[in-house]
Amino acid sequence: MANLASNFIGIKSPNPFWLASAPPTDKQYNVERAFQAGWGGVVWKTLGSEGPPIVNVSGPRYGAIWGADRRLLGLNNIELITDRPLEVNLREIKEVKRKWRDRALVISLMVPCEEDYWKDILKAIEDTEADGVELNFGCPHGMAERGMGSAVGQVPEYIEMVTRWVKQYSRMPCIVKLTPNVTSILPPAMAAKRGGADAVSLINTIKSVTNVDLDNFSPFPMIDGKGSHGGYCGPAVKPIALNMVGEIARHGETRGLPISGIGGVTTWRDAAEFLAMGAGNVQVCTAAMTYGFKIVQEMISGLSQYLDEKGMALDDLVGRAVPNFVEWQDLNLNYVTKAQIDTDACIKCGRCYAACEDTSHQAIAMSPDRVFSVKDEECVACNLCVNVCPVENCITMVEKPKGWMDPRTGRPVGDYANWQTHPNNPAATAAE
Amino acid sequence: MTNSPLTPGVVSGRLPAQAYHDNFSDLEPAFDAHEARVAADRCYFCHDAPCMTACPTSIDIPLFIRQIATGTPEAAARTIFSQNILGGMCARVCPTETLCEEVCVREVAEGKPVEIGRLQRFATDTLMAKGVHPFARAEGLGTSVAVVGAGPAGLAAAHRLAMKGHDVVVYDARPKAGGLNEYGIASYKAPNDFAQAEVDWLLQIGGIRVETGRALGRELTLEGLQAAYDAVFLAIGLAGVNALRAAGEEKDGVANAVDFIAGLRQTADKSTLPIGRDVVVIGGGMTAVDAAVQSRLLGAENVTIVYRRGQEKMSASGYEQEHATSTGVRIVTHAAPKAVHGNGAVTEVEFEYMAETPEGLKGTGETFRLKADQVFKAIGQSLQGVPAGLALSGGKIAVDAFGRTSLPGVWAGGDCAEGGDDLTVTAVKEGRDAAEDIHASLTGDGA
Repeated sequence: MANLASNFIGIKSPNPFWLASAPPTDKQYNVERAFQAGWGGVVWKTLGSEGPPIVNVSGPRYGAIWGADRRLLGLNNIELITDRPLEVNLREIKEVKRKWRDRALVISLMVPCEEDYWKDILKAIEDTEADGVELNFGCPHGMAERGMGSAVGQVPEYIEMVTRWVKQYSRMPCIVKLTPNVTSILPPAMAAKRGGADAVSLINTIKSVTNVDLDNFSPFPMIDGKGSHGGYCGPAVKPIALNMVGEIARHGETRGLPISGIGGVTTWRDAAEFLAMGAGNVQVCTAAMTYGFKIVQEMISGLSQYLDEKGMALDDLVGRAVPNFVEWQDLNLNYVTKAQIDTDACIKCGRCYAACEDTSHQAIAMSPDRVFSVKDEECVACNLCVNVCPVENCITMVEKPKGWMDPRTGRPVGDYANWQTHPNNPAATAAE
Repeated sequence: MTNSPLTPGVVSGRLPAQAYHDNFSDLEPAFDAHEARVAADRCYFCHDAPCMTACPTSIDIPLFIRQIATGTPEAAARTIFSQNILGGMCARVCPTETLCEEVCVREVAEGKPVEIGRLQRFATDTLMAKGVHPFARAEGLGTSVAVVGAGPAGLAAAHRLAMKGHDVVVYDARPKAGGLNEYGIASYKAPNDFAQAEVDWLLQIGGIRVETGRALGRELTLEGLQAAYDAVFLAIGLAGVNALRAAGEEKDGVANAVDFIAGLRQTADKSTLPIGRDVVVIGGGMTAVDAAVQSRLLGAENVTIVYRRGQEKMSASGYEQEHATSTGVRIVTHAAPKAVHGNGAVTEVEFEYMAETPEGLKGTGETFRLKADQVFKAIGQSLQGVPAGLALSGGKIAVDAFGRTSLPGVWAGGDCAEGGDDLTVTAVKEGRDAAEDIHASLTGDGA
């Protein structure tokens, strides 16, 4: 078994799987159950300022979209930060940390953008012995209307300012949690770095309306006939999160800034992908909310097996895909593949044919007895047939060797050349 | 109750009351909404789908399954009924394992097809339970058509004709409409009087009058119908039963399987039905299986199907055969009846082993006997009571691709007409298509 022990910005945990700040980490009871199940760490649900706690709705807090057999694909929530008194949370955090020394325990914070609020809350959590703080600049619902959460995360100057205060008034490692509800994730990440953040974590949830109740004509979750946008998470958001994590990991100004990857991590494989894309660890919420805490055991065994099979240590995996995450203009335009259909594996459903004939390049032929074949002279290798084929590996993209004559273009496969040097590009720089 | 499966002779009440209830309720329970959605989600929505090609009525199966998957089983039912107005019964009795489900790409890929039949039942049951009839009758054309036979072919033709605006009278020799749906289907395939409920629902289209107890050659003549109506559609089925041609087949205890099945269907309290301790069913089709299985379900101790050729030649599907054997029916192949023994009533049936030879099926000379106090003949039905003047082909009424017979103004379809397997779904197709041709010929549309 590969050693999964993780050291993320000096915070140690037996594995890189943490529970994200969210409903599952709101109470000692839940957190202890998570630790018993094997989670490496938790980020405690976001604490607010001292005083009367916020209140949550007493109607539905979640909406969802489902795949086959009601497999949950996306979850939307309108729950706010903790609605329990600050002193109760602090007492419990202290108790949990004392009982579970080997696990990571980070406290998520969200208070108004004024120096004193941050100074006070940092002082209040000082003797919990927690391992670090995470600044919640991400939640897109409710708290953002009050100038907190994503309202901060959308303004790089605020991110930098608050991060600076936190580093000034606390010696704890500081993780800045970013909102994806921005046009580019880079300015917020850069701001966090400038403010002195030890790491960023992303993504927080995405502003969303999952569905509309077609009898009551209200977005869902519906509270007394009205709906408000929520924050979207779960498997559906993983592709968005992977891109943002990768963008930060590869950019010159943010490269090297530790990242805690969040967004739809459901299996060990998702976690491995985030790690390869530059995350130092991952945080999970929706998968635990869907299946319970026990899923971490599959994540641990799966990641161990993968690392063993690859002969890699955990650290070898982190960032392994980042050098290959490039801009479009760096892609090799002389790289040629063609779809190839394995007629033995084919079950003759014809989905590839319908997809290609109706919506793509008319590059698949269908015989009267339902044998499907690729017309190389039409195939642009778009991969749609692969994506709609219900049989894995029935259709594959076969790479063509250098010199192979492409009947579609009438040109042989050439050496690497990208758009930056392409003759059709008016801004091209001539090749050497 | 004093009788048991071991009681000698032909007696009723072999089983406890609850057993009859369990044995004759739905063979395959209906899907609930969630099950239907999960089953529907397995459909790949194939291009030019093989299932649709395999369906004799060409129901757009991928479309109706997608309509179920998206929560509109009522729309799915409309898709089904527009091609097959008896889609409810077909969902129950179609040998889907040799039609749509056999060619389902998931059957090919993983040996587990999309459960098309059960999904069709879910959709059609949903709409029918609402009492909704999804079609409206066109304005009356003033034309009239006689349909002889209220079985699947006759009902399908009548519905299509009435929908197009013709006035239709359906005649049937039996006391109830439905044909084999009412009298010829195993009870557990369509319990709760589904066949009659379906007829009532179908007739909601309007413009159809059903006259039962009226048979061709008895109360009706073809000439009389031709004179009184603009067109005649014959769907008289196969009323004759083939004989065993074995000595002693007139003995007590020897009966036609179709009569046994019909009697079962018409008896509400199955515990009153007498059944033998040792039952022998002779034949290899669905009728043989239905008779044998139901004999077991009524409490017979030993039930044996004897078929003269190999098991692979049986016209009952593999699924049907498996159903029979899992119910405890024994299947003996390569044996043909030679004689029925017994003093007045049957006590034994003597068979001769048969061998496939280049010259055809031949007896080997070796014989054996099976104990029997009841014997059901299921070696096929034949056309009976065909009006004079109609050309025949292969023992059936000769028809062209449109269902036209040799007599002008007379069409035929269903089991009585040549072509197609003798299945409910095939009968529906033939009735529907003949109706379209009748409509075209009466209105001058098309051919």
